[in-house]
Amino acid sequence: MANAKLWGLKKSPWVFHVAAASCNNCDIEILDVLTPRWDVERFGIVLVGSPRHADALLVTGVLNRKSLSRVLRVYEQTPKPCLVIGVGTCTCDNHMFAPSYNVVGPYDKHIPMDVYIPGCPPKPEAIISGVVKALKRL
Amino acid sequence: MKRIVPIGPYHPLQEEPEFFKLIVEGEKVVDLEINIGYNHRGHEFIAQKMTYDQVPFLVERICGICSDSHPYAYVMAVEDAAHIEAPPRAQYIRTIIGELERIHSHYLWVGLAGHFIGYNTVWMWVWRYREPLLDIFELIMGNRNHYAINKIGGARRDILPEHYGTIEKYLDLVEKKTTMFTKAVLDDPVIRARLENVGILTKEDAIGFGVLGPTARGSGYAIDVRKDDPYDAYDKVDWDMIVFDEGDILAKAKVRLLECYESIKIVRQCLRDMPDGPIETRVDEIPPGEGIGRHEAPRGEVFHYVRSDGSNMPARHKIRAPSFMNIPSNVVAVRGYSIADAALVLAAVDPCYCCTERTVVLENGKKKLTGHDLLRLSRQKTEAIRRRYRR
Repeated sequence: MANAKLWGLKKSPWVFHVAAASCNNCDIEILDVLTPRWDVERFGIVLVGSPRHADALLVTGVLNRKSLSRVLRVYEQTPKPCLVIGVGTCTCDNHMFAPSYNVVGPYDKHIPMDVYIPGCPPKPEAIISGVVKALKRL
Repeated sequence: MKRIVPIGPYHPLQEEPEFFKLIVEGEKVVDLEINIGYNHRGHEFIAQKMTYDQVPFLVERICGICSDSHPYAYVMAVEDAAHIEAPPRAQYIRTIIGELERIHSHYLWVGLAGHFIGYNTVWMWVWRYREPLLDIFELIMGNRNHYAINKIGGARRDILPEHYGTIEKYLDLVEKKTTMFTKAVLDDPVIRARLENVGILTKEDAIGFGVLGPTARGSGYAIDVRKDDPYDAYDKVDWDMIVFDEGDILAKAKVRLLECYESIKIVRQCLRDMPDGPIETRVDEIPPGEGIGRHEAPRGEVFHYVRSDGSNMPARHKIRAPSFMNIPSNVVAVRGYSIADAALVLAAVDPCYCCTERTVVLENGKKKLTGHDLLRLSRQKTEAIRRRYRR
């Protein structure tokens, strides 16, 4: 059964997009990847509306005090095995928001991360290549 | 019977985390509660720990869509405090980037509005023609978003004469495509039926809520910083303010689509008249004092206030983004319409929650010092002083 799930994940990863406390830019670049110039839907990558349907989580932005518990809940709801892909420099090291009173640290303190895609925002090519690398690891 | 329909904070409808409580009676929305704060990162606090030159990079990360507007308003605030003026070429460059950003932001909204009402074709097509614009940003400034063009006392990068042709070529394309979208969106009977007479914000409400930008101009409230208080190259070019009186979503869509034409007009004139010369002035120090900067972002007026104490860091930096004024107006705009319309009405003001975020301090699960409490404390203090004087 686990193998079947893994096969499905590799073949056509369904993605749920979680914006923790982002500036919107990575989120728009993620949507951009779906639009005609890149059109990742032809590879079976679909944005879904519920974490319960998702194989992978695309997280963007820094984690703050209010969004942390919600992000953890979304992670718990995602069926395992799931990939967690951090899009943008904020997910790697809090970027320039590190001195803030409301930021509760990088993601790997709270949830296991698979791939980081640095860039502010990463180019759509970088996002696609990051997802491909995450899939290759499986 | 009243029921509550929660939307968010992580909902497929939204890119950003925000939480709406739709209070409904049957199909009809009777009230709305907005809960924000999922996106608060404390920009004003961080800005006071950075030098004046670093802050533009910080404030452009307030919002990814209006990432030119915030640094634009910030550098104008610092220039106001330091009594300096950018050289003419830099002023034209800033104006061009500001207007190109407006086109990209309005395209983005039209696409998302299409997505919300189930016309994904509109979304795909509009975003397809947004791409060449991002290419131009990359050509001029090296990044698709977060351009870092604004600098205190000028512009960070020049628009090279060999790039004029590329920009002109794109403007021709975007003019043709805007005509196509305007016709496709406004002539489609189904889209018209979804947008017309939905989410009406009357002029009285618009003034009462103090809404800004296309939201105000769609309700017949003619307010635009570029006309009211012209800065940089805006008083040297010829353009019109687009105002519609209906106040429904169709009017807002029309304002945004027709504003694209005005932006094209402004960029063309700027490219034609752009003077030669330096793109920055030397700034040695920011003297003690205060300054304000206002810029008409795609969503309305962005306001930045900077107070300097003569050091190399701002002593206070205050930001007010247009969505902060626009989002509360949803409460009256959505009242009386069905749940099916709510998604579109909530998106009609082109909300930007990352610009809007405010925070409230909680202690042991209780609110500590909201704006209300501050007022109460202030009044109590006045009362105490009054009592002391009476004695």
